[in-house]
Amino acid sequence: MMLVQEAIHQLRLFTRRPAAVFFVVAMPLVLLIVLTQLFGNEKIQGLGLNTAQFYTPALAVFGVVMACFTYLAVSTATARDLGILKRVRGTPMPPWVYICARIMAVSVIAFISLLLVIATGALAFGVEIIWERVPAAIVVAVTGALCFASLGMMVTALFRSSETVQAASSAAIMPLAFVSDIFVRPSTETSEWVPLIGNLFPLRHFSVAFQRAFDYAYEGNGFALPDADGVVYSILPHMGVMALWGIGAAIIAARFFRWEARAI
Amino acid sequence: MSAISVNQLCKSYDGRQAVNELSFEVQKGETFALLGPNGAGKTTTIEILEGYRKADSGRVCVLGLNPETQGAELKRRTGLVLQTTALEPELTIRETITAFARLYREPRDVGAVLVDVNLAHLQDNRVGILSGGQKRRLEIALGIVGDPELVFLDEPTTGLDPEARRKIWALIQRLNSNGCTIVLSSHYMDEVQALASHMAIMVDGQIAAEGRPLDLQRQHCTHATIRFDADGKLPAGFPAKLAPVTEVHDGHAELVVEDPIPALSTLMSWAQTSGYDLSSVSVTRQSLEDIYLQLVSQRQAKPQSDTP
Repeated sequence: MMLVQEAIHQLRLFTRRPAAVFFVVAMPLVLLIVLTQLFGNEKIQGLGLNTAQFYTPALAVFGVVMACFTYLAVSTATARDLGILKRVRGTPMPPWVYICARIMAVSVIAFISLLLVIATGALAFGVEIIWERVPAAIVVAVTGALCFASLGMMVTALFRSSETVQAASSAAIMPLAFVSDIFVRPSTETSEWVPLIGNLFPLRHFSVAFQRAFDYAYEGNGFALPDADGVVYSILPHMGVMALWGIGAAIIAARFFRWEARAI
Repeated sequence: MSAISVNQLCKSYDGRQAVNELSFEVQKGETFALLGPNGAGKTTTIEILEGYRKADSGRVCVLGLNPETQGAELKRRTGLVLQTTALEPELTIRETITAFARLYREPRDVGAVLVDVNLAHLQDNRVGILSGGQKRRLEIALGIVGDPELVFLDEPTTGLDPEARRKIWALIQRLNSNGCTIVLSSHYMDEVQALASHMAIMVDGQIAAEGRPLDLQRQHCTHATIRFDADGKLPAGFPAKLAPVTEVHDGHAELVVEDPIPALSTLMSWAQTSGYDLSSVSVTRQSLEDIYLQLVSQRQAKPQSDTP
């Protein structure tokens, strides 16, 4: 009960921060519209998908990451700078309730952002939703949200102030988004090392696994997808990489997290 | 019955002894003040009592609980106002208090708390636009909304204007008269005199003096000053006994003595026989503020063996 109330409290705080609402909810939508207009909503060569059919799940993932990673890390670090985390520790609320409530709140924000992007894609750009793959999409989204929330808490734990947390989270996400099939469509012209680098980090696994739920070049239920030649594509390796990063980050966050701003 | 007992408490940071073998007791229902200059160890002591920091050694008992191991129970029964303001600027006053109220099992009525801290008329204002004094009163509201038995106030009025300070004093007095035990830290003597029934002067992590404010004044007051109008020099026939300790300047004579009673009686009988006009005579004892400053400078002048 306290957990739900605190999560609602955190959601209310989010709605009072216009800059955060813009970056998490509006930005992925703006990018979807701009990129689809820029490239034209036509079939992407070599991919067999329309521009919007590719960008809609990619930017939905981006929205989830903005909420669960960037916003969680920056807002938690800001609360720590303001002394709010320290003050909360002086109340009867158990620390785990507070952290879980924050993660719950950003997950709700992520889900709303994701639904808005997909709804816009479907209604404005004719993106096809493959209904039998919705369960797979949900499983991927939840795993990705938890993985990136865990990474967000790790960044908050490892850096001192909200400014450095802001810088570190942007520095991590922006370049990665370019090598993780989010901003840039995969094409045969890019060098081979781009997906290799992307594959080291969880972002590309999140975006590729989620995109498979929208990829009609494949058959299947979204978990295991046989292609036209009968080669089965499984999202299991992607889920495994996300789980490893998430668990590793959670261990580091738990080890180094501090409730008080350190004196500089 | 004691609300807090501290026994031989020690705490150091990076080799600097912040609190050094500190012992004191706080009785239930009293307002206890820790007075001391910046860096005396007041906040460290309070944060150990609140459960924020671990003691290096010594025993601490708050409401019968050990803050290190029974923190959860302790937090249900105590209220805090930390040294630095920590509020979410985006919320309204009422939302802020309501958010804290739901963390306690039997919170006080939010409306009543708003009236108590005199913020009811501003309850729908955002916290970000409040003045320093209003923010501090809101933090006191957060400290009392859980209906605590004991409230810690770490420098509740530092940096506020005189009017805002008076309002907070009145609030603390009301709170104490309702039976709540209060532990206060301050570096203002006037605040301690206005509020505390029991005080300790803390310097360099140790208690330099402790007791009721009046008793402290009595114990540590070493001299009194007798003053009367005198023109230029001592009047003719002034008692020879007092002449060596009397100075004349700016149109008045001043005698500094340990015990003012014999000096006064000598002075009075001389005035009566000589007909000298002593109607301007006044006697002042050292104020608590003087005693405090004296204790602090004595202590700080002493070389500290335990600090590098």
